[in-house]
Amino acid sequence: MSTLTAELAETAERAREAAMELGLDFPEVVFELVEPDELNMVASYGGFPVRYAHWRFGMEFQHLHKSHEYGLSKIYELVINNDPCYAYLMKTNTPMEMKLVMAHVFGHADFFRQNAWFKPTDRRMMDTMANHATRVHRHVQRQGAEKVEDFLDACLSLENLIDPMSLYVKRDAPAEPVPDFDTERYAAGQVHRFDVKHRYMEPFVNPKTALDAEKKQIAADMEKRKSGKLEPTRDVLGFLLRRATLQDWQADCLDIVREEALYFAPQAMTKILNEGWACWVHSRLMTQRLLDPSEVVDYCDKHSGTLSSPPDRINPYKLGLTLLRDIEDRWNRGAHGRAWRDCDDAEKRRRWDTKDGDGVKKVFEVRRIHNDVTFLDAFLTPDFIEQEKLFLYGRDPRTGRTVITDRDPANVKKKLLQQFTNMGQPLIDVVDDNHENRGELYLVHRHEGVNLREDFARETLRALHRLWSRPVHLETVVDQSRVLWTYDGKDAGTRELGKIE
Amino acid sequence: MRRVDQDVTRFRRIVKGEIRQNLKRYVAQGELIARQGDRAVSVPLPQIDLPKFTFGDRGGGGVGQGEGQVGEGVGNEAGEGEGSHQLEVEVSLDELAQILGEELALPRIKPRGTQQVEADMKRYRSIRRTGPRSLRHFKRTFRHALRRQVMLGTYDPKRPAIVPIPEDERFRSYEVQRVPESSAVILYMMDVSGSMGNEQKEIVRNTAFWIDAWIRSQYRNVVVRYIVHDAAAREVDRHTFFHLKESGGTKISSAYRLCDEMIEKDYPDEQWNVYCFHFSDGDNWSGGDTAECLRLLDEELFPKSNLFCYGQVKSAYGSGQFKHDLDQRFAGREELVTADIPDKDGILACIREFLGRGR
Repeated sequence: MSTLTAELAETAERAREAAMELGLDFPEVVFELVEPDELNMVASYGGFPVRYAHWRFGMEFQHLHKSHEYGLSKIYELVINNDPCYAYLMKTNTPMEMKLVMAHVFGHADFFRQNAWFKPTDRRMMDTMANHATRVHRHVQRQGAEKVEDFLDACLSLENLIDPMSLYVKRDAPAEPVPDFDTERYAAGQVHRFDVKHRYMEPFVNPKTALDAEKKQIAADMEKRKSGKLEPTRDVLGFLLRRATLQDWQADCLDIVREEALYFAPQAMTKILNEGWACWVHSRLMTQRLLDPSEVVDYCDKHSGTLSSPPDRINPYKLGLTLLRDIEDRWNRGAHGRAWRDCDDAEKRRRWDTKDGDGVKKVFEVRRIHNDVTFLDAFLTPDFIEQEKLFLYGRDPRTGRTVITDRDPANVKKKLLQQFTNMGQPLIDVVDDNHENRGELYLVHRHEGVNLREDFARETLRALHRLWSRPVHLETVVDQSRVLWTYDGKDAGTRELGKIE
Repeated sequence: MRRVDQDVTRFRRIVKGEIRQNLKRYVAQGELIARQGDRAVSVPLPQIDLPKFTFGDRGGGGVGQGEGQVGEGVGNEAGEGEGSHQLEVEVSLDELAQILGEELALPRIKPRGTQQVEADMKRYRSIRRTGPRSLRHFKRTFRHALRRQVMLGTYDPKRPAIVPIPEDERFRSYEVQRVPESSAVILYMMDVSGSMGNEQKEIVRNTAFWIDAWIRSQYRNVVVRYIVHDAAAREVDRHTFFHLKESGGTKISSAYRLCDEMIEKDYPDEQWNVYCFHFSDGDNWSGGDTAECLRLLDEELFPKSNLFCYGQVKSAYGSGQFKHDLDQRFAGREELVTADIPDKDGILACIREFLGRGR
């Protein structure tokens, strides 16, 4: 790893100035030149130079290493959401590529700082990750590598059971057990009354409304405790952290896995917009400010390479960039709002022009407030879907071939939104930790049309059982009927819960 | 030692099943396809998927982009299973041999012989102050120039212009080295009697190709000779070796005798590393001939060669007696390796068996 050479430092400075002039806002960006394998290592660590020891990083590294070695793939850069923002550049990039990559990096750095969904993220994550590594290492030394790794694997199996929205909204505190010293008073339904010096102050210090509210609250709490029901929560990891009987080191490992999963959640939530924005920024900076005429062809080649998409997949870079450009164009022409939407004439809509010229401003606004789901929901118009030739594909049940099944914009949009909701992960809540009054854990999968993969779900229940140590259940839907999958520590079980109308 | 190396080691050991056996069932075999001409090689890329609550088959569906009517097929077959990593790549034969060596964990071959034969080799590995421009060592020249400028105090870090003068220049130059030269000869013998069908030949051809690739990657000089035999043996060229269809009886001793003669005549010195590979279905003419074979091996071929490999291809007619005889007589002999090749899938195991000793 080394710092930039003099020429590259100059390129970086020019890119920085151009980015500032465009109106981007970013923390200090530190560029590091790295060898291919160093970059592969950082990439397999999810962008960080230091992570705790775990075999899956080794697996990732081997894959990256091999496919780089055999010339199948190349990573140009990697940038971390941190303050200062660290960007790793592949040493073997050509000068033009360096320029392009730097412009791209400034786009990401701006996005990390400006996008609302990144607001609550830890900007010292590089240090935090290193601390996590130290903590895990300490547990390994005390407990043994095998034991810690085995437990980490169980935690990682549950990694996606977090509540990403908990970063932004304060949930009602789940019904915690009442503190011990209060239990009796609570059980008796007594409210807390402040001492008063003079009787006349009583209605002011302990107003009747407050007392009544507390009484009601106590009654509700007691009711809830009796039924043993808790507030359903999507934050399964957080729940386990509070409630499962874990040893200190186990709780610490679980905490680390959860914290890191939450850190990466905003990135998973904004993949399309983040990449689209960075591409929008780099193409603007390159074509308008940075590019030397002799580099144009090479640049176009690289740029279009990034944006190519195989027919069966959506390239987030491309979708994000084209959608942002569409927004820029529409807001430049004033082609939005009710009058435009209600216009039935496609040709008229296409030629709509009020000479607003708000395009760039709108694009900046979009990058500030949206995530992928809201971005697609708000701006993916039927016109755009037709123009970009998006389609739905599926398996033809007769021939077994993969064919285009639908080109209806509404359906395409629905499917896309579905794919990006909850970062493409199933929605699973804990609803009961005392199922059948036997301390068994009860999870419910909110089925929205796609079944869970059963063999994986069964294995994941085992992992969950390792943490909960009492039987665990998952309620889900298979072919229109509700089923309950169970693992009790020895055997896996299945119970039909009835058809859905 | 990089930080990630310990993770890689740990992952490898898990895949091999040395540790964490409970993860073994999650190991999936992805692969990376390498191409050499029209020959595809796949490099295994094992992968462990930790189970999670995830969506199952989405009906193979998703959103795509591009031309096409509803009902038309989508470009390449989508939904080929997201977990398997299929990558294709073009490689040279040399790299191929390296990959083979790596993946099969083949030891490097230790050349035998007294290594008396030496060749003069010019190697550019030293530096002089004079020389032709084309050999100027750019980096060193500038390093000396920089050193001189720093010493003279004319170097300005703000304007880092470095101008070498003739005294700074350094040139690459060669040194003559005496290096031991080793060469190898590979002798392939194949039974082409009536019982060896097309499928058996295909197996032999594939095996021979890989053995060839590996040995060639280990020696600078490789000579390959081919012998076919039924009741009598003769030398043939490569094309004939793989395409010949004969019929008749089998006298293995004829091949061994011819092989021995060839070694005696053409590769007598200690400097030659001799590899013999014999493929047959193991159905010899008579016990008497087998006895003669064993004698030839013991007295002539073993002392003269690094390795004698016998691969027995399974055929509908062969009794497979010959391998049995060899194993019985020469149990524990280092010079001899025998292997069964039941079908095409057995080829890799056979190569590992043959070349795994690093002789």
